[in-house]
Amino acid sequence: MANIPKYYESLNLDYKPPRGNWMDRPLNIKSGIYCYPARPNVLAGIQMNDRSDWGKYWVVEDEDWELPDDWKERFLNKMRDMLDKYRTFKIYMDICVRCGACADKCHYFLGSGDPMNMPVMRAELLRSVYRGEFTKTGKILGRIAGARKLTKGVLRQIWYYMFQCSECRRCSTFCPYGIDTAEITIMAREIMNELGMNIAWIQESCYKCIHTGNHLGLQPQAYKECIDCMLGDIEENVGISFDVSWNRKGADILFVTPSGDVFAEPGIYTLAGYLLLFEYLRKEYGFDYTWSTYASEGGDFGYFTANDIAKRMNSKIYLEAKRLGVKWILGGECGHMWRVLNQYMTTWHGPVDFLEEPVSPITGTKFENAKAHKMVHIMEFTADLIKHGKLKLDPSRNDRLRVTYHDSCNPSRGMGLLEEPRYVIKNVCNHFYEMPENTLRDQTFCCGSGSGLNASENMELRMRGGFPRQNAVRYVRDKYGVNMLACICAIDRAAFPDAQRYWNPDVGCTGITELVANALIMEGEGPRTNNLRGFEIATWEPKP
Amino acid sequence: MYDAWKILVGLAIFVALFTAAFWMNAGKAAPVPEPKIDTPEIKKMAKAERKCVEDKHFMRTTHMQLINHWRDQALRDGNRDYINKDGKKYYISLQNTCMKCHSNKKDFCDKCHDYTGVSPYCWDCHIAPKEEPKRNEL
Amino acid sequence: MDVKVSLGVSLGAVLAIVLVALVGAQVSSLQLVFGILVPYAAFVIFILGFIYRVVDWGRSPVPFRIPTTCGQQKTLPWIKRNKLECPSNTLEVIGRMILEVFAFRSLFKHTKAEMASGNIIYGGSKWLWLGALAFHYSFLIIAVRHLRLFVEPVPAFVNVLDLVDGMLQIGAPTLYITDILLIGAVSYLFVRRVIVPKMRYISLANDYFPLFLILGIGISGVLMRFFIRVDIVSVKELTVGLASLHPVLPEGIGAIFFVHVALVSTLFAYFPFSKLMHAGGVFLSPGRNLANTNRAKMHVNPWNYPVKLHTYEEYENDFREKMKNAGIPVERE
Repeated sequence: MANIPKYYESLNLDYKPPRGNWMDRPLNIKSGIYCYPARPNVLAGIQMNDRSDWGKYWVVEDEDWELPDDWKERFLNKMRDMLDKYRTFKIYMDICVRCGACADKCHYFLGSGDPMNMPVMRAELLRSVYRGEFTKTGKILGRIAGARKLTKGVLRQIWYYMFQCSECRRCSTFCPYGIDTAEITIMAREIMNELGMNIAWIQESCYKCIHTGNHLGLQPQAYKECIDCMLGDIEENVGISFDVSWNRKGADILFVTPSGDVFAEPGIYTLAGYLLLFEYLRKEYGFDYTWSTYASEGGDFGYFTANDIAKRMNSKIYLEAKRLGVKWILGGECGHMWRVLNQYMTTWHGPVDFLEEPVSPITGTKFENAKAHKMVHIMEFTADLIKHGKLKLDPSRNDRLRVTYHDSCNPSRGMGLLEEPRYVIKNVCNHFYEMPENTLRDQTFCCGSGSGLNASENMELRMRGGFPRQNAVRYVRDKYGVNMLACICAIDRAAFPDAQRYWNPDVGCTGITELVANALIMEGEGPRTNNLRGFEIATWEPKP
Repeated sequence: MYDAWKILVGLAIFVALFTAAFWMNAGKAAPVPEPKIDTPEIKKMAKAERKCVEDKHFMRTTHMQLINHWRDQALRDGNRDYINKDGKKYYISLQNTCMKCHSNKKDFCDKCHDYTGVSPYCWDCHIAPKEEPKRNEL
Repeated sequence: MDVKVSLGVSLGAVLAIVLVALVGAQVSSLQLVFGILVPYAAFVIFILGFIYRVVDWGRSPVPFRIPTTCGQQKTLPWIKRNKLECPSNTLEVIGRMILEVFAFRSLFKHTKAEMASGNIIYGGSKWLWLGALAFHYSFLIIAVRHLRLFVEPVPAFVNVLDLVDGMLQIGAPTLYITDILLIGAVSYLFVRRVIVPKMRYISLANDYFPLFLILGIGISGVLMRFFIRVDIVSVKELTVGLASLHPVLPEGIGAIFFVHVALVSTLFAYFPFSKLMHAGGVFLSPGRNLANTNRAKMHVNPWNYPVKLHTYEEYENDFREKMKNAGIPVERE
């Protein structure tokens, strides 16, 4: 952590890369930037491709990475395989013209100034190998054509920088050909998986998820306990007592949300928000839903390693919906969860003929945009409720809050969910302010810790990557007195508090459903002097 | 998903566009234009005197620059004397010098201009010579 | 290898082509090679190479539907959706692609991030967009204009284009607006690569070479039109001969013509093996050419295969007692 600029000290970067050719620059592996590698026993526990020879544990800063003898063949064979399987990969390797439009769009580049974090350079790392190993011109012309052979040094470079990309796709918005660096990172990570080169933070979450149903490794009774605990808090703060159902067959709706919100602040208050909102709907309209301990994870860290693992982890959602015989599935606030649900889930497991086309049991609204997929986003669901006047709301309970909204990168650029959350916030809060437009919607920034990089050993990377977002938050804080950053992503809620303690110590972080629940007037509620966090509404000063 | 037919349609359009020149020429002869220098005025001259203001190669490649230069010299500087490479003096005038001999715009100027898709704007100001119908058409 | 080497290699290659063509133009037997054989070969390489590359891309499937959504999705009927930035049907995708291909929509969004007293400032930056647009459209118009030399009789639309492009009526032959734009835009794109540190860092010889090549084509063309005159009628005799598959080699075409043709032939032959294939790739890029309809319509992955699942049964076997104790229902007691 020594290299992190001092608290609140302003960064001073001129974004000027050094002179000379990037291929000649020695790789300077810095602690605080990388994550620890995954342990072989964890990799074995995931049993990817039924291989057990995942090599030895290796140390990133060591010269020798304990690679398997056939590392090069494995790498190149997998790369060939991926090129044949993904048109995206092939085209994105071939057509970049290096126009530079993406160069200053990456939050890691903007926060670190490291030229290899320009998206084009991240891709060139792999592209140079592609040219050198797979194209004739590259093989003949070599470095003149920007080509090079795969060596251990090149592999180290690729590994180091592919785990400095959070797959947020901001660069892809600006690319004239729609080249998606996230896609390249995804391919590179999957290729390196063949060598057992992944990070502990991701693979351990996968391991736990495969065995217990969620990233946190909460066994069914523990998962239930966490939620029971929250029900207790709700009783204390809202004055009403209720229970929820578990793994219940015949419920109308299965609710799935990332497990991150079951465990840590401030995510748990978003989860408390779901509980309260659904209880309200149950009492008022007979809303019938169930939690599941088997499908207790909406997120999918497998997505940050390999298609196989992502699919395995994701499969539980439909399997459980089928087993329980629900009509459709409601999904909570999460970023990469919704990227995976939206862009991969039906393709992996469809057609989904065992569920019904989602219809809101309260308003009768047909969610036609989800008619094949059968899963609805909580923001679509809530916005529809508010639009139909189905929620009794007192936004003044959120009057201490001056709220801004962070478009979580995946729901915005992987789904197009932009207006629903804003509509909900505006109906439950009286003070809402937008950040500058170059940091919002399709141009939104990553929190700085996405795609499985929210570990603690890479804190410098996370703080640097979080800077562009926090810088924009600081702007609205200074201009409008904003003191609360709302988001719809569990990783945001895990990452922002760290980043805000660092860059914006007087701004809090919240999920939108927490704001909804605080404004929700429950029948039979006690005096609502406290919010869901147990702070007095009238005097609360949000902190990260 | 391969979308093979979309790719094939795209490629067909690509090939059609890039080979358009071949199709447009197909089955058509493209004779090289032969500008006629058989006007009465030229015929009047002795064979040896049948020379333009400059040599033939220069006139073929560069007459437009010469004429443009003539225009500027005559209209802007009021100087209507042109001395050619051999030191011979000519009066600068499109209608009275050029068109005196080449009175057959259709069979002379237009031949090459049409062939190469050139539309000089000489005749925006100048009056094209009135051409008598060709004898053999009578 | 640093910038100087990349620049040197690229410029050297272009100059070498010029030199070879100049020598070739002096020898009548080589004129046959440079005037007829090389252009034909280059054209065939271009067409077949282009097709090969696109078909090769096409042989890899698009397993997932992963467009970059840059606007509001189609959702509840009262929420205004963004049809062009987040298309939800083929028609809207076509709209998005038209804007992308013909107006460089994404480049138009380009911003420039700078740091000033510890804050990142995002400035609008339209120069790259403008330069790219000027370059591509000039090139297109110039290419179409050249049909006057390849087709007999000259099609009317080519004559109109020629008149419009030369409407400034500067000099004779008239100055083309697109000639100026092309050379200006290519120079801008080149200078930008050399003087902007980020651009210099990311640029390869692969980037400099086509710029030099196109600049060479532009300059040799302008020289031929205005300064080192050639007999255009003989030129057309040759070019229309090529395009009507009756190649002829007229006498006395100046050397500059062979230089121009050699550079153009190089561009054609180089095209399929280079980044210039972005011309085809932009149409096939799944980041832009797919509708965001995953939830409404299932997308099929041709190589989808079953994976090892951790089934509910296994899960219950692992945790049955704990579940029972916690009051969570189980399938088998």
